[in-house]
Amino acid sequence: MTTFGMVIDVSRCTGCYNCFLACRDEHAGNDHRPVTAPQPDSGHRWIDVQEHERGKFPRVRVDYVPLPCQQCQEAPCLSRAPQGALYRRADGIVVIDPEKAKGHPEIVLSCPYRAIYWNPVENVAQKCTFCAHLLDNGAKETRCVEACPTEALVFGDLDDPASKIAQLVKRAEELHPEFGVKPSVHYFGLPKRFVSGELAFADRMDEAAANVRVSLHNDAKVQEATTDAYGDFAFEGLEAGASYVLRVAVSGYRPHEVAVGTRNDVDLGTIVLERA
Amino acid sequence: MPTQSFTSCTNCGPITVDVKDGRVMRVRPLVIEDGDLKPWTIKAGGKSYSPPKKVTLAPYVHAERKRLYSEDRIRYPMKRVDFDPNGERNPQNRGKSGYVRISWDEALGIVSREIKRVQGTYGPSALAAMTSSHHNWGLVGYKMSAFSRFFNSIGYTQVFDNPDSWEGWHWGATHTYGFIWRLGMPEPYDMLEDALQHAEMIVFWSNDPDTTRAVYDGSDAAIWRQWLKDKGVAMAVVDPFYNYTAAAMEGKWLAPRPGTDAAVALAIAHVWISEGTYDKNYVADRTIGFDEFKDYVTGKTDGTPKTPAWAEAESGVPARRIAALAREWAKKRTVLSAGCRGGEGGACRAAYATEWARLMVLLQAMQGLGKPGVSIWGASMGAPWNSNIWFPGYGDLEGRIATSKAARKIPENKVPQKLYRLTLPDAILDPPVHWKGVGFCNKNFDQQFIPFSYPMEGCSEVKMFYRYGGSFMSTMNDTSKWVRMYQSPKLEFVVNQDCWWSTETAHADIILPACTSLERDDIGEFGEPGGQTKGGSSGCNYRVVVRLKKAIEPLWESKSDYQIFTELADKLGFKDDYTEGNSAIDWARKFFDLSDLPKYISWEEFDRKGYYVINVPEDYKSTPALRWFAEGRPCDTPDPNNFKRTTEKAHELGTESGKIEFASESLRRLAPDDEERPVSPRYIPSWEGHRSEAVKTYPLQLMSPHPRFTFHTHYDGHTAWLNEVPMHRVQKDGYAWWPARLHPEDATARDIRTGDIVRLFNGRASVLCIAQVTERVRPGVVHSYASAGKYDPLQPGNPNSPDRAGCVAMLTPGRQMSKNVAGMASNSCLIDVEKWVG
Repeated sequence: MTTFGMVIDVSRCTGCYNCFLACRDEHAGNDHRPVTAPQPDSGHRWIDVQEHERGKFPRVRVDYVPLPCQQCQEAPCLSRAPQGALYRRADGIVVIDPEKAKGHPEIVLSCPYRAIYWNPVENVAQKCTFCAHLLDNGAKETRCVEACPTEALVFGDLDDPASKIAQLVKRAEELHPEFGVKPSVHYFGLPKRFVSGELAFADRMDEAAANVRVSLHNDAKVQEATTDAYGDFAFEGLEAGASYVLRVAVSGYRPHEVAVGTRNDVDLGTIVLERA
Repeated sequence: MPTQSFTSCTNCGPITVDVKDGRVMRVRPLVIEDGDLKPWTIKAGGKSYSPPKKVTLAPYVHAERKRLYSEDRIRYPMKRVDFDPNGERNPQNRGKSGYVRISWDEALGIVSREIKRVQGTYGPSALAAMTSSHHNWGLVGYKMSAFSRFFNSIGYTQVFDNPDSWEGWHWGATHTYGFIWRLGMPEPYDMLEDALQHAEMIVFWSNDPDTTRAVYDGSDAAIWRQWLKDKGVAMAVVDPFYNYTAAAMEGKWLAPRPGTDAAVALAIAHVWISEGTYDKNYVADRTIGFDEFKDYVTGKTDGTPKTPAWAEAESGVPARRIAALAREWAKKRTVLSAGCRGGEGGACRAAYATEWARLMVLLQAMQGLGKPGVSIWGASMGAPWNSNIWFPGYGDLEGRIATSKAARKIPENKVPQKLYRLTLPDAILDPPVHWKGVGFCNKNFDQQFIPFSYPMEGCSEVKMFYRYGGSFMSTMNDTSKWVRMYQSPKLEFVVNQDCWWSTETAHADIILPACTSLERDDIGEFGEPGGQTKGGSSGCNYRVVVRLKKAIEPLWESKSDYQIFTELADKLGFKDDYTEGNSAIDWARKFFDLSDLPKYISWEEFDRKGYYVINVPEDYKSTPALRWFAEGRPCDTPDPNNFKRTTEKAHELGTESGKIEFASESLRRLAPDDEERPVSPRYIPSWEGHRSEAVKTYPLQLMSPHPRFTFHTHYDGHTAWLNEVPMHRVQKDGYAWWPARLHPEDATARDIRTGDIVRLFNGRASVLCIAQVTERVRPGVVHSYASAGKYDPLQPGNPNSPDRAGCVAMLTPGRQMSKNVAGMASNSCLIDVEKWVG
């Protein structure tokens, strides 16, 4: 059996948009029936690149999360569409039939990832097809993967234990596991909450407060970090929506304590420690 | 009809063009047969690094099909409706009036008669002609080839280009470490291997290779930087904008105010000097003038020690963070990825940017430039590279039909008069103008000091302007003056030849439609300009020479540039001398025959396949850039234009002393009293910066670096798919706006939110943009890329009108970098921003 899938490494994605533009080139104005009708010349993002800017000047991070159709094994779009309008091929690719699905805009709303688009000219819902029309003609990968310069997108057969993707997927995660739809697209490096900041000593502001231990507390555990050569610290991989207390205790200086919540990423700016 | 595939090459990557029923339906990275690509391997840290077996493109090249069929293609020859060559010419209406379609015969008739009339009446010098940068690829069609062969034949006033991507390096760094033949850029050879094997830190200083992609090299080097990141190499970024390389590398970010980078550099030197953490032996053996520099840094010369605290007051970067960077730098083997070739950052295009570029070289000199892991490297070029097989680039005389021995006769331009790109409008509007330097000074230091005046004695002022392409509204400085120039009655006749309606097109009297490189035949190597960027293709993972094939017939009534010049030459009576009987393919074959390729592949096979891959030999031996100099050996890099390389001075740099010069011998000889480019570099506060009087009126600093989603202006504007890339343009109310990024502090103070249309303004111009409020710029700075491909004034033809297409270059100062340095200073620009209410 073959199940086509994709692994996307967010930490390698530079936001170059090669994938989005290659997809547009492959599909806009080009008729690839029976897999798909032409993509409109504007508006659709069969592989979107979502930018996430986090933190505060000068501790900013920018991540790009490419988002194609997740080719879910339990795709909600399949169950909500009229008979035969959508189907999952033997190779795992979910196809919206460009003829049978005509006139059903509700298909667009069925996708929890918002990866389906409405084409008013063709009167049909459309989405990423993993370039099935090319795979059917012997291509080894999709246009977006071909265009990716950093191997942030890896395509292949999830069922082939020798494939690169089969190895990768073991360690990867789903974009929204809470949807419970068994996607065939998996991710590395999805942005997780962080708490960061800089420490400085009030009596020697011109020297970085390097190698100072900072701790982050909640009911469950205590995490520790050490400031780097610039006096910066960061706690990575935190849960969203949690409450913490950040503590700094350096002998000779007044202890510092601040409550932080991770509804968003938090940069605390410069914490200036006063002499005790 | 089955799909047919054609090979071609763009400015930013080789492509396969699929054609069905006479229409291009797909453009993808060049499809290369399995087995033709033999990836190199670099061993470092117990791992092996090899590139993927494919070529990659810059993002916009994936939209080549959209650009080809763009609504903005110039379809037919056009005449301005109120232009009558035999009556009223109405030059004041250029930019205002519309156009009417005419036949090629009429268009070329008018152009050729005007050439004869103007040159007959006023002399050959009354004709000026100029191109824009890099309009499309291929040795036959490239601007220095077909264009130059034509104009050299009839004689014309040439317009010198300024080195607009690396000004400070050209006018500054050359006086510190030579590399005149590279216009101040360091040699790149084997720097990827060096970085993988030895680098512990990379400092990206005003350098964004993820955006500029080494200019021509597709996206091939992006994966190298991932390897370095994966390896755990520490990354730091010095830039007022948290640029795309910073985002990808997750670097430590130091954000100096624009124009204060030199102060930060001096403070780093101060830390090293006061803590003794520099390479004293190297400084003693490989450099001269250190004491003079040291006295300035420590304050002995002027009473001001250039401490981190001093630099904090200038740059706004906390002293403790400057000192921390300095200490990390001294402790770790550090690559300085300063905005040179490959990164093309904005710090080198600012007031006194010569000083910053020189200091970049000197900082690395203090750490042993050329030793393992201690380099100046754009983090883009410098892959293993086969230098044994020669193929010309457009920058080589042999790579142009104007100058190559592929031609039987090489026409010589007999007009001695010159113009300079940066002052061309001033020259037309308000002559005389004077400047120093031949633009690209790649032969010797003295070239930078040759004085020029326009008009030249014995020559005519320019009466006819033949413009090829047209991007300067968004790439030069204070560009409203280009509109004023076009409307001057002194220009009796203006031609514009281009593929698309560009920023200047609608200021011409006659417009000639050229076709793109997909509609004509040519030849060229992926990423290799030759000349002053010899080895540029080492920014690609493979050397690939491509036969650019005509995939479709020229669209509408467009013609290839070579064809247009051939027909004009015919009307002027020198067609046979111009073509020597050659078609474009004949010329392509001549370049092939001149090169080393016939030793490896026949023309027939090359023409059939459409490409040849020059792989790296299995016994490849690396010769890292400047290692020879650090070790006191003769130069062993394949840098053919290094004029000392094969002499008894082969172990020397291209400076006058042969060493790195903390105090410059060439400046001591040529401009000893210039306080704006002193013998030893200084920090000089910008003439339009945070200490200027004008900051009270215009409190924000505009930085406008090279763009990410267009190659100069060549993709933006007429490639609608790019309007859906939200970092490039943002659509609002049916219009695709150019983003301007500002910090939340500055936005809040002006009640500006993301998505608001805002007016960027100063005494020079107003430009409408869409606001993006972001933590990625430091407070006080507005970031908006140069190079918008469109100019769209609210009142067409009015040079004072606000532009809404994003030509922020209209806001930038026309003043030259410093007294004796005729470089542009786009990033020394004060503005304010307000919400636009229409």
